[in-house]
Amino acid sequence: MLEIKGLKASVEGKEILKGIDLKVEAGQVHAIMGPNGSGKSTLASVLAGRDKFEVTGGSVMFEGRDLLAMSVEQRACEGVFLGFQYPVEIPGVSMANFMKLAVNQKRKYNGQEPLSAAAFLKMMRSKSEVVEIDAALTSRSVNEGFSGGEKKRNEIFQMAMLEPKLSILDETDSGLDIDALRVVATGVTKLKRPDNATIVITHYQRLLDYIVPDFVHVLYKGRIIHTGTKELALELESRGYDWLIKDYDNE
Amino acid sequence: MDEILEGRDPEYKYGFTSDLDMEYFPKGLSEETVRMISLRKGEPEWLLEFRLAAFAVWKSMKMPDWAHLNVPPIDFDDITYFAAPKKREGKSLDDIDPELLKTFDKLGIPLEEQKVLAGVAVDAVIDSVSVKTTFRDELSKKGIIFCSFSEAVKEYPDLVRKYMAKVVPPSDNYFAALNSAVFSDGSFCYIPQGVRCPMELSTYFRINAAGTGQFERTLIVADKGAYVSYLEGCTAPMRDENQLHAAIVEIIAEEDAEVKYSTVQNWYPGDKEGLGGVFNFVTKRGLCRGDRSRISWTQVETGSAITWKYPSCILKGDDSYGEFYSVAMTGNRQQADTGTKMIHIGKRSKSRIVSKGISAGRSQNSYRGMVKVMPSAEGVRNFSQCDSLLIGPDCGAHTFPLIDAANSSAVIEHEATTSKIGEDQLFYCNQRGIPTEDAVGLIVNGYAREVLDKLPMEFAVEAQKLLAITLEGSVG
Repeated sequence: MLEIKGLKASVEGKEILKGIDLKVEAGQVHAIMGPNGSGKSTLASVLAGRDKFEVTGGSVMFEGRDLLAMSVEQRACEGVFLGFQYPVEIPGVSMANFMKLAVNQKRKYNGQEPLSAAAFLKMMRSKSEVVEIDAALTSRSVNEGFSGGEKKRNEIFQMAMLEPKLSILDETDSGLDIDALRVVATGVTKLKRPDNATIVITHYQRLLDYIVPDFVHVLYKGRIIHTGTKELALELESRGYDWLIKDYDNE
Repeated sequence: MDEILEGRDPEYKYGFTSDLDMEYFPKGLSEETVRMISLRKGEPEWLLEFRLAAFAVWKSMKMPDWAHLNVPPIDFDDITYFAAPKKREGKSLDDIDPELLKTFDKLGIPLEEQKVLAGVAVDAVIDSVSVKTTFRDELSKKGIIFCSFSEAVKEYPDLVRKYMAKVVPPSDNYFAALNSAVFSDGSFCYIPQGVRCPMELSTYFRINAAGTGQFERTLIVADKGAYVSYLEGCTAPMRDENQLHAAIVEIIAEEDAEVKYSTVQNWYPGDKEGLGGVFNFVTKRGLCRGDRSRISWTQVETGSAITWKYPSCILKGDDSYGEFYSVAMTGNRQQADTGTKMIHIGKRSKSRIVSKGISAGRSQNSYRGMVKVMPSAEGVRNFSQCDSLLIGPDCGAHTFPLIDAANSSAVIEHEATTSKIGEDQLFYCNQRGIPTEDAVGLIVNGYAREVLDKLPMEFAVEAQKLLAITLEGSVG
């Protein structure tokens, strides 16, 4: 589904990603871990197409097509979803309105008719049940006045609504208490299908108690320095990153 | 966001001209012009006197320069002060020039009553005259008077004399004096005691003739316990020259009366280099004369090359309430200096101001507001919120709030914010599949939501579209 080869990216002349290689197949869950400042969020932003990052090398193929050549909204319509670390507030715009526009843009892109108001409301109701968010949230302005937990749940709700092929969840667990964490993780697990894939970017192992990854990658100084299975996450939790980093720094 | 910086011509869909059989006065402004207008309209002596006195006042005044506007010199002798489609005999629709009917049809304001939006009565004003007022008969059954200003002068001279220029005297300001001297028509509305007007009343202003100024007056009187909701819309053809519009709107609300006045101002704004467009110098003021009376101004200002406009409330009655809700959007080279004055005289009078400025392109957008509390006014409350939204680096937003409280019991709150449409917001929308242009429209409409919600339904939809269309000029 996704094949990243030698991806390099910089911001304001400073190279953050120094050659990333990563292959994600449909049905898989990948976790990307690593200490602060290693480039995890940059990788997520580059895949989504944020223009403040300049891609200086490498390639990214998504479903056999050049992802880097697509605009941000095109990537979204092709099925790439980014769960934001810091979801953005849009005052005065209701979640329902926002989602209706987003869902119908995607339908238009795929040559489908826009959803009727009734069909849309029905969809919203059923999806909010799946991810266990309060339906009242959808009548509020996008993320405005939402608690940290509500914002993160709202990201998962949007993911449910847009049914992406590839979801990239950027530190979706940061700032969550254990109940919210469980709700978010359960949502992600429920949305998992054989034809979609998820990249979970996280700093802590605890999210991985709920979302079981097929692969765990350690990102450090803009490179993936180690790849393992879910046991690696546990090892990182007990031993920290130092043993890996030391090896790498000594190389 | 680079594409937002480059402007392109806004899509102004009302920019057409109509080929009408017209009558014009020669250009120029003098006492003779004033007399000619009065004579042409067959006015009584008192009104001619009023005009002449106003003209004398105007001659003694200077063009105001305190606003944050760059106004090129206006040659008042190069303007036609009276232009009217030639009248045919009779008053029925069959007697109106079909081209004129077509014009209003194209504007979405059909003048045949069966075609009109349900529940909206319209007074249609083109250039210097009112051509048709719909639903007059139906309204008159409730004792409501709704007609052109000229007809009101003839048919209800006592009411007109009693109320005209009582809120905005000719000496009030330069443009009020000019209007008082040369006004040619407008709308008059009187809601008798205890009557709730069953439909929205509206005036649609259209400038068509070239080289012509439009000077109209609107006078709305709500007697004790009456209620009316009034709408005003305006458009003009696209022309390279600037056209002057200097209007007066006066509202009087007696005891327990309520008047809601909503405007969607869409005069031609000029092209992207600032060529052409309407100069809009308007004096709008309401007097809450009776106790517990309420006046509410809601405006969506998207048009005009220059807007100079401060719909205000004089809160004379005890427990009276004044409101001002405004969205002023400027793009390209437009300039707007707009806001309100709330003058608290009555005890426990309240006012609420919500102003949302949106600047794009190379436009300049100012909020100017005054909250004044007279010594007599015990227990006054005011809440003001003025927000500015900037789109791109070449526009300007300014706020000039003034609070003048002469009674220490007043509670006055003022909140102000300035924000930009953030790259974060746009990226968030883009990532959900929403293209930048739609995203900007969404964000701007969300920002203006509180004001748009105050508009009557049909108007709110229109205003929302208008904001999006105006934005097309700023997001490439």
